[in-house]
Amino acid sequence: MLIRNRIEPPSSEVTPEVDFLNRRQFLGVIGSIGAISATGAAAEALFGGLQPVGAQPQGDAVSDEAKVTSYNNYYEFGTDKEDPRANSQLFKTRPWTVRIEGMCRKTGSMPLDDFLTPSRVEDRTYRFRCVEAWSAVIPWRGIPLADVIRRADPLPSARYVEITTLYDPSRMPGQRSATIDWPYTEGLRLDEALNPLAFLATGMYGKTLPNQNGAPLRLVVPWKYGFKSIKGIVKLKFTERQPTSTWMKAASDEYGFYANVNPTVDHPRWSQGRERKLGDIFKKPTLMFNGYEAQVASMYSGMDLRRNF
Amino acid sequence: MTSAVAARLTPTPTVTRRVQPRGPRIARALKPLVFVMLALPAAWLVFALLTDRLEGDVVKILEIETGTLALRSLAYTLAITPLRQLTGWTWLATYRRMLGLFVFFYATMHMLVYVGLDLELQFGEVWASIVKRPYITIGFLSWLILVPLAITSPKSIAKRLGGARWKRLHQLTYVVAITATTHYLWAVKKDTFWPLVYLALFAALLGVRLWQWRTSARQAAA
Repeated sequence: MLIRNRIEPPSSEVTPEVDFLNRRQFLGVIGSIGAISATGAAAEALFGGLQPVGAQPQGDAVSDEAKVTSYNNYYEFGTDKEDPRANSQLFKTRPWTVRIEGMCRKTGSMPLDDFLTPSRVEDRTYRFRCVEAWSAVIPWRGIPLADVIRRADPLPSARYVEITTLYDPSRMPGQRSATIDWPYTEGLRLDEALNPLAFLATGMYGKTLPNQNGAPLRLVVPWKYGFKSIKGIVKLKFTERQPTSTWMKAASDEYGFYANVNPTVDHPRWSQGRERKLGDIFKKPTLMFNGYEAQVASMYSGMDLRRNF
Repeated sequence: MTSAVAARLTPTPTVTRRVQPRGPRIARALKPLVFVMLALPAAWLVFALLTDRLEGDVVKILEIETGTLALRSLAYTLAITPLRQLTGWTWLATYRRMLGLFVFFYATMHMLVYVGLDLELQFGEVWASIVKRPYITIGFLSWLILVPLAITSPKSIAKRLGGARWKRLHQLTYVVAITATTHYLWAVKKDTFWPLVYLALFAALLGVRLWQWRTSARQAAA
């Protein structure tokens, strides 16, 4: 309640202090990316060279990096929370190809660096709310999803974008057992994908994205539960019909297509009213749309959010 | 273990006769050590909590750890009798009551972490969870069954209850094994490996006992 009354700038508009102070240098780095044909090494230099982001846009302290990189849901590397870190250290994220297909004009495959290069790299500090009722505040680095969608030039009939994780059991040991239906698939309505908050991350805490957090490319949709923010992305496909996500297939009574953070609609096995930030002992209230109501609520006006959970 | 199996297979009664009287004495002497070993995980969890060593969703980690410790203690408890019969190590029975009480201890910790830290003592929420979430219903039921078993564990009470009645009451341990594993199975998402391992283990242990009870009942009838 206290938080709702507070007027906050959307975090996408907040420039972290460090970057504000270094803005000329930052623009220089961005400019040089075009000059050096962006190789993996160049991206490494960019992501590794800048100071970690220390901004706290929501008056909410940025989570301890060690906690965010050691407590992960990434079944491709094992089902226990510590498995992804333990089993992903040797995972190679280059070369990496992203494929665009389906109902759009610019279909085809391209190396990840070509996929990223045309966009300006941005820093976004977002709240992250897992469906399991834990949360974090994470400084991401990456590009707006809308950029990529617009470049693909979807056909007017395209209404959804389906996003897929890499399927390679030789590199992702978790895929050798049939815990969930591989490859991991997620989806967004096209207007959701074009929302300025929707983000494709390639880094966090001012560094290259750790493998256990979805390197080299992951989605971040901060107003939805974490499982929507698909990791290790290799494919975007434009469709007319609503895609069926992996967790919908696994348990349709527990996980819906929208998966918007909603404290008033409980998960069958636990309440979604409160959340525990990683490292905290006491919980705090969960906010509608994870605190991004002003930016996203209009997309769902008139919808029954209890049914479209 | 291999030497014990060998001893059992080789018909040399002198070996067993020599081991048996000494076994219980050593077993009783080692009881404090076994107690410390079983209590150590609890001490570590408290230490890790206080020194911020539990990385991630702290309370969830405590829930998983205490729950697993309760199930593990339960597996040890139920394994004692079949293991004793298999090996002839009668001294194993020395630890059965202590192990059973550790089951209750860890199950109580597990329940208290859920009620106290996960639901933050909102008793309306606790009741709602018991009523509407099947995995909580069966988990709470498992804990409730353990209460009379823990209360009747002292020798004096067991004596007053009478051997046969005490034994029948404590056969509820097998019911708890099934309900607690079901709780575990329903609580997890898709990673059902460990719940199924426990389920298979308990089913096997219960199977052995059922088979024994049936044969002994048949012998009694004959």
